[in-house]
Amino acid sequence: MELHSLLFLAFAAVALIAAVLVLLSRNPVHSVLFMLLTFVNVAAMFVLLQAEFIAVIQILVYSGAILVLFLFVVMLLAGGERPLPVLNQPLQARAAVIVGLVLVSELALVVLTSTVGGGRRGPDSPERIAAVGGNIEALGRQLYTTWLLPFEIASVLLLVAAVGAIYLAKEDL
Amino acid sequence: MLVDLLIILGTILLVFIAVLTGMAYLTYFERKVLARMQSRIGPNRTGPLGLLQPVADGVKLLTKEGSLPAKADKAVFLIAPVMVFVPALLAWAAIPFGPGFTAFGRQIGMRIADLNVGLIYILAMGSIGVYGIVMAGWASNNKYALLGGLRSSAQVISYEATLGLSLIGVLLMAGSLNLSEIVAAQQGTYFGLIPRWFVLPQILGFAVFLVSAIAETNRPPFDLPEAESELVAGFHVEYGGFGFAMFFLAEYISMLAISALASTVFLGGWLGPSIPLLPDALEGIFWFSAKMAIFIFFYFWLRATLPRFRYDQLMSLCWKIMLPVALLNIVLTGIIKLAL
Repeated sequence: MELHSLLFLAFAAVALIAAVLVLLSRNPVHSVLFMLLTFVNVAAMFVLLQAEFIAVIQILVYSGAILVLFLFVVMLLAGGERPLPVLNQPLQARAAVIVGLVLVSELALVVLTSTVGGGRRGPDSPERIAAVGGNIEALGRQLYTTWLLPFEIASVLLLVAAVGAIYLAKEDL
Repeated sequence: MLVDLLIILGTILLVFIAVLTGMAYLTYFERKVLARMQSRIGPNRTGPLGLLQPVADGVKLLTKEGSLPAKADKAVFLIAPVMVFVPALLAWAAIPFGPGFTAFGRQIGMRIADLNVGLIYILAMGSIGVYGIVMAGWASNNKYALLGGLRSSAQVISYEATLGLSLIGVLLMAGSLNLSEIVAAQQGTYFGLIPRWFVLPQILGFAVFLVSAIAETNRPPFDLPEAESELVAGFHVEYGGFGFAMFFLAEYISMLAISALASTVFLGGWLGPSIPLLPDALEGIFWFSAKMAIFIFFYFWLRATLPRFRYDQLMSLCWKIMLPVALLNIVLTGIIKLAL
């Protein structure tokens, strides 16, 4: 087996095992740390796909900022060990199974019907991206031409969230 | 193929040795510089001029017994120092030391990896480092350690924002995230005299970067996570022996790394007047180290001069002064870049 596939299998295996451990850990802080492991391995898989920019952003934004806040909240609020979530909350467990099945079928649908995946390559191959001048250039061009409207809508959403957070945090505004 | 692999491994090993040696002697120089500033002599017993002091410190820390506090979370407690140390060392993978040279018909770059996203990569490694501190604070099962860990995460997350924003001006000017290309963009002089380093046009960004870098590395006057007078020693109070050594080393390695980043991004990296009789590659390393030394000395100088900030002062400095200045810098750079 070539090195590339071997590395992919290793990262994918660790990511999946860590993801399962997020659910099975009895300690919420451990769950967050396993989630970090999953994120880092997903970032490594992005590197294997030659999407360095996405990989670094994955680390910087998800692992470096969002998950730190998760850890912060979990450390302060959820003290001590908890029982295994699946065992003592039947209603939630049943709902989770249904939602999980929906998600899996959705993913299967996308994988089976899309032109990407299943060994087929998407339109933006590494060669084409290199021709435009690299990951960042290609992504920036796409965001500000083809996907300008969704991009702007996303930024307005973020602005609304920021204003909302400030309003909630400051009572005497 | 094999030769390429050996070159890569050799580069990694060289950088590793250089960083670890540099870090060890950084502790020696810090003690010497602080001593001089306070009219003392500093370490002078171990070896000539006390030069073997780092070795003695290393042996002492290695041979001390590490202890595990009661009711501590064992696994997290043991992993935490590694989680601080490894990202600090990983940041060095993207830093270019020199222009590179050709030997035996092969182009050899003086860096581990020529990353297209080098600048964000270093920021990302900095943001991962905070996990170790939070984990150590939580796993120690000690209220002072927990408070230190919480303080640190709030501080690092806040100053990460200003650190990133202060570098966007540089990004606009260089048009690249690749650190070698950022250095290349600083070549040449204004009026044939002043070097075109980004520190001049980006003076606002530089100021914000400098303050944020000190807060990001938990150095005085922003060393609140380990404020010994109120928190005993903060997040690493329960660590002894090698666990403590790893926190200590990580702090000095990130200090070196952030100085290296500052020299690369604002002071033109390896660029400098040519020195007769010295090959280009060594000349690059010389100028690069000289520029790093300026920042390192500045760090020591601050520690000897300024008292520690209060926590609320630190936070309001970040969000009420540094953030608006960084944003202003981006807007100004954008306008000037458009006008030219």
